[in-house]
Amino acid sequence: MPSILARKLAANEFIVTTELAPPRGCDTSGLLRSASFLAPFVDVINITDNQGANLRMTPLLAAGLLVREGIEPIMQLTCRDRNRLALQSDLLAAAAMGIINILALTGDAIGCGDHSQGRSVFDLDSVLLLQTISAMNNGQDMNGAALSGSARFFAGAAAAPEAEPFDVTLPKLSKKVSAGSRFFQTQAVFSPQMLGFFCEKVHPLEVKVIAGILVLKSAKMAEFISRNIPGLKVPQTIIERLKTSTDPAAEGIKIAIEIAEACRTICDGIHIMAMGRDDVVPQVVAEIRR
Amino acid sequence: MIVSTQKPLDQILAALQEGSRVFIIGCAKCATVCKSGGEEEVFRLQEELTTHGLDVTGTIVIDETCHMLRTGRDLRSRREQVQEADFLLVLSCGAGIQAVAEASEKKVVAGTDSKFLGNIRRFGQFEQRCSLCGDCRLNDTGGVCPVTVCAKGLLNGPCGGMQNGNCEVDESRRCAWVTIYERLEHQQRSQQLDEITPARDFAHKRHPNSLILEK
Repeated sequence: MPSILARKLAANEFIVTTELAPPRGCDTSGLLRSASFLAPFVDVINITDNQGANLRMTPLLAAGLLVREGIEPIMQLTCRDRNRLALQSDLLAAAAMGIINILALTGDAIGCGDHSQGRSVFDLDSVLLLQTISAMNNGQDMNGAALSGSARFFAGAAAAPEAEPFDVTLPKLSKKVSAGSRFFQTQAVFSPQMLGFFCEKVHPLEVKVIAGILVLKSAKMAEFISRNIPGLKVPQTIIERLKTSTDPAAEGIKIAIEIAEACRTICDGIHIMAMGRDDVVPQVVAEIRR
Repeated sequence: MIVSTQKPLDQILAALQEGSRVFIIGCAKCATVCKSGGEEEVFRLQEELTTHGLDVTGTIVIDETCHMLRTGRDLRSRREQVQEADFLLVLSCGAGIQAVAEASEKKVVAGTDSKFLGNIRRFGQFEQRCSLCGDCRLNDTGGVCPVTVCAKGLLNGPCGGMQNGNCEVDESRRCAWVTIYERLEHQQRSQQLDEITPARDFAHKRHPNSLILEK
């Protein structure tokens, strides 16, 4: 059976996803508590993979635990920490645990994280990882050798609608789709207009687009994110709005809702990045689902 | 050329702790150009070691320390000074240091850190352009190496961290894929980027590597 994500995207339903980071430790109770809290409000939950190159439990196990709880995950899988053998071996395990949705990512550079002296792998890149996932869906490994049975992954990839110069990114986006990406989960969108241009550009690729929505808490947080999270730059206009607001946390939610509502007519879903504040997700979702 | 830098003096002194007599070896090629082990650096280090109470038995700057036969021959020409020394302190790339180690049973101390295969921008400025990956893709990428110039070595285009054409890892650098795209676009062959580049064959990178030319 296809995943809920695959089914809803195929039926042109507007998707709402969010994300959880696995624990930085061996106690999964907090993760499961958050997942149970969020599940009624969203369609699926992303499980991040050593996000920002900071140590966390493997998303393979965290996503597997969600499946066991009856919550559908999107397992993020990066090429930073695993060579081709490890990637495939984790994918086989994911398939065995009933994880269907995979977000194939390059991965943030190891230098930005808490193990900056480590060696990054990048044996494959996101395009080659997507090809590998497609091969596994055909019962083969990346070399074309037979596996015992086929996987039934539903793969997606990342996209940066506000990246400049955008044309440089377009051939890769196209390769991601030809390699098997069925949806793009975008980096944080701040300009619905830019998202609109992006959707026009990728329209010929016939790929679903889920827009990243970042829920900010304060101008300080926005500045911290811009400084420390690769690929995320909060525009000055939004930082100013947060700065001048008497209730920045509420303003952050308001901004997220504004962008999310605009996305409704532009793309196929939103991905809410609440930066660990689970309680804001229902507020955003309530407005969107209204 | 191989770019190397001299280790900090305290590290060199620490490595020489269990002896008092040192023979210093420099290299007339790469280490001279990047000023980690030419005549000048060998002389300066000799003075510094002497100031710190060490006895320098002699010095030599070998023409290509990585040339194993030549290094052996040159060290034999200074047999007495070499024999007197507790340590052979080598200021060359790692290849040269090991050529010295192979030529002598004396304790060898590395006085440099070998950094990369470098292009010379101008005097004193070196840039890494080639990683010696053994599987050259430059024909497909407009003469710009993504394996080296892209911080992640990505083969199929930029990562999501590219910002205003610059690299996520070092914002002062141009993203390699922007340069590749612009060159190919200018040469009206950017359609080359539509092809998926297959995974690298790391069998080319296994080490220790060797090459014996057929006669």
